[in-house]
Amino acid sequence: MSPVLMGAVWGLAAALLIALAALIGVWAERKIAGRIQRRYGPQQAGPSGLLQTLADTVKLVLKEDITPAQADVAVFRAMPFLVFVPIASALVVIPYAAGWVPFDIATSALFFLAVPGLSVIGILLAGWSSRNTYASIGGVRAAAQMISYELPRTLSVLALCLLGGSLSTGTIRAEWRLWWVPLTAVGFLVYYISSVAEVNRGPFDLPEAESELVAGYFADYSGIRWAIFMMAEYGGITAASLFGAAMFFGGGLGLPEPFAGVVFVALAVALAASMIWVKWTFPRMRPDQLMSFAWKILTPMALVQLVVVGVVLPWL
Amino acid sequence: MLAPLVSIDAEDAVLEVSREQVREAAEELARLGFERLEMVTAVDRGESFVLVYRVSSRALSAAVTMKAGVPREDARVASVYEVWPAADWQEREVYDLFGIEFDGHPDLRRIFLPEGFVGHPLRRDYDDPRMIRRPDYI
Amino acid sequence: MPVDVQSRNMVESDDGTPVEELLVNVGPSHPSTHGVGRVLVHLDGDIVVKADMIVGYLHRGIEKMSENRTYLQVVPLTDRLDYVGSMYANWSYCRAVERLARIPVPERAEYLRVIVCELQRIASHMMGVGAAAADTGAFTMFVYAFDLRERIVELFEELCGARLTYNYVRPGGVSFDAPDGWTESVMSFISKVDGMLAEIDDLFFGNAIARGRMKGVGVLSAEDAVAWGATGPTARGSGVNWDLRKHAPYSVYPRMDFDVVVGDNGDAYDRGRCRLFECHESTRIISQAIAQMPGGAVMADCLPRLLTPPPGETYDQIESARGSLGVYLVSDGSPRPYRMHVRSPAFCNLALLPKLAVGHTLSDLVVVLGSLDPVFGEVDR
Repeated sequence: MSPVLMGAVWGLAAALLIALAALIGVWAERKIAGRIQRRYGPQQAGPSGLLQTLADTVKLVLKEDITPAQADVAVFRAMPFLVFVPIASALVVIPYAAGWVPFDIATSALFFLAVPGLSVIGILLAGWSSRNTYASIGGVRAAAQMISYELPRTLSVLALCLLGGSLSTGTIRAEWRLWWVPLTAVGFLVYYISSVAEVNRGPFDLPEAESELVAGYFADYSGIRWAIFMMAEYGGITAASLFGAAMFFGGGLGLPEPFAGVVFVALAVALAASMIWVKWTFPRMRPDQLMSFAWKILTPMALVQLVVVGVVLPWL
Repeated sequence: MLAPLVSIDAEDAVLEVSREQVREAAEELARLGFERLEMVTAVDRGESFVLVYRVSSRALSAAVTMKAGVPREDARVASVYEVWPAADWQEREVYDLFGIEFDGHPDLRRIFLPEGFVGHPLRRDYDDPRMIRRPDYI
Repeated sequence: MPVDVQSRNMVESDDGTPVEELLVNVGPSHPSTHGVGRVLVHLDGDIVVKADMIVGYLHRGIEKMSENRTYLQVVPLTDRLDYVGSMYANWSYCRAVERLARIPVPERAEYLRVIVCELQRIASHMMGVGAAAADTGAFTMFVYAFDLRERIVELFEELCGARLTYNYVRPGGVSFDAPDGWTESVMSFISKVDGMLAEIDDLFFGNAIARGRMKGVGVLSAEDAVAWGATGPTARGSGVNWDLRKHAPYSVYPRMDFDVVVGDNGDAYDRGRCRLFECHESTRIISQAIAQMPGGAVMADCLPRLLTPPPGETYDQIESARGSLGVYLVSDGSPRPYRMHVRSPAFCNLALLPKLAVGHTLSDLVVVLGSLDPVFGEVDR
């Protein structure tokens, strides 16, 4: 098959995976948030509220598609997709099983780190094209935040690439050893926190859920366009969790095949659930605190991790 | 100068001053130790408004109510913002609802009612077709 | 294509270079859960240069309305002033009426008033702390605080049938006696409150992110607090040791043993924490009040059908959850008040916002607003 066709097929599969992840993720978030807040989450739609997200999606699809009169219409309408597609494309370079990466290229780790960064442009332009003060402020903050947190994330994954001797995620997974876990523990922490910041979640969701002001960069989006932003967010969580479980924990902790898959999924689900947990526990960080946290704390930690790995490397 | 205070120890000490003496009396009270301005309000007494200021002192454990009469046709009085900044919003409220102007207030504009509102509702003669009066026999 | 950002102001900055100021309108309807208040913010980048607080969106003319109602009919109006704390709003008005008309209040009624006022104080502080937490993004804390508040509101529903606007404290006493078992429910509730408050303190005020958001934000010095007329936890957070229940005691408070909670730094963190610890003190007062409460009537028996106080005027203030809530009442001998003015603590505290927000970022503005704990029913009347 031609690479273009293959890319299209896997891209579509990734989009469907994200849709499924969003469906389950929203339900999980509402249930977990409810339980943290001493209440039940959704209960009525379906058993234990499982069909709630489906009901909400149907509602969103049926909503009127509002474009603000003064917005830059073409850009405004295109931006949800510019945010969604790069994140979906990050899903195709994750090693789901031993030796199987849907889109196997030699620099897949770099692809994973770099391509979702394109969604920053989408967020910035979404805020800008809304011609709305809050949205502009939210978009600029989001862009600054995501760019800042790219660096620690990249550095922490770079430590793994050094250990695995390759930029290919499949190779890193194959080379993974159990003693990498304590060695890259700091790196994993940096990666985890940076991923939470990258998807604008948890304590770092100032641009998005500016509950102090309004909803930030997607304030003017309604209906299915807003739903695409939400799907992009859950896609980001999914991608970050899957990648973290695959890379930092060897995608199954090196266990034989049937168990590896189960452990891999369990680890990814645990990471995603912990991201939800963190969001509902902590307050939000202020933008300047957020930036100083990225630059003054996380980046040095990631650099330390790199140094440690570099020192250990000759003995491998 | 100032009329002598009725009694600084009495529970309801009332100091009555004339309109021109308001600022001076306020400064004197502040100098005596009344550091806290609790309330500024007005009462419409027909021919005049009576401005009511209430100040208290922690150290002296006392409170004084200062009253000043302001004629209805020329409802102006000096602001006590310089003495107690707490008068800022309180005087704006009196201006908004009674129409008494405070000279020397940094930013005298309506606080509750919209900018273009005509009239001062808390005056007794304020008449608005939307107002509902309850009958007296209740 | 014409671009219409709210407004574009070119102003001169301190060193003479022209700077474009951004005007952002926060409110009047915003998810900050404080009600309808509008702040027109002038921003230089992300820093607030000027914050103009615009109130009046909930102005209903309660003072004017009370001139047209009998003294008893005004009591439900006072409910709607500080709707988060109707009990003490009722009480402050009733004290003024009782003083004017010289009505003796039975002792059991005074104790019941103290109990419900302190319970209301806890409920109101939970609203204040919860809203402040929700402003910083810790929505879970808001729900926890409201869990506590819900139990208090249920107790009030048992007592007087209403959840928010109680109309319970009336001139001459209270409207209903406590039903059987109510004081036991209150005691068992109080035994749990300290634990729940400690949990909120640990989870929210102990959180590093919340500290970073609230410490050093909106610092109010003690002199400014007094000069600007701030009272209540807003002033006590700055170190002003002034609590009417202790320093100008009224009702049966002289018989109660409790401490005044005073903060050090006067920032948003201290104000919020002040509110939280005041709830502990309130539980102490409630348990003492329940222990000391005598039996007897709950309403003065010499009240005429239509209250007609002699001509005169009075000013009386109590310590509400927001500060000194006073009522200035002028009577002309008729069954209707000649003039009723409410000295609203939230109104006086809110006047500080334009001063406290300058120099902080836009996110801090919301934190400062939350720490002043305004309730717009009281601010706007």
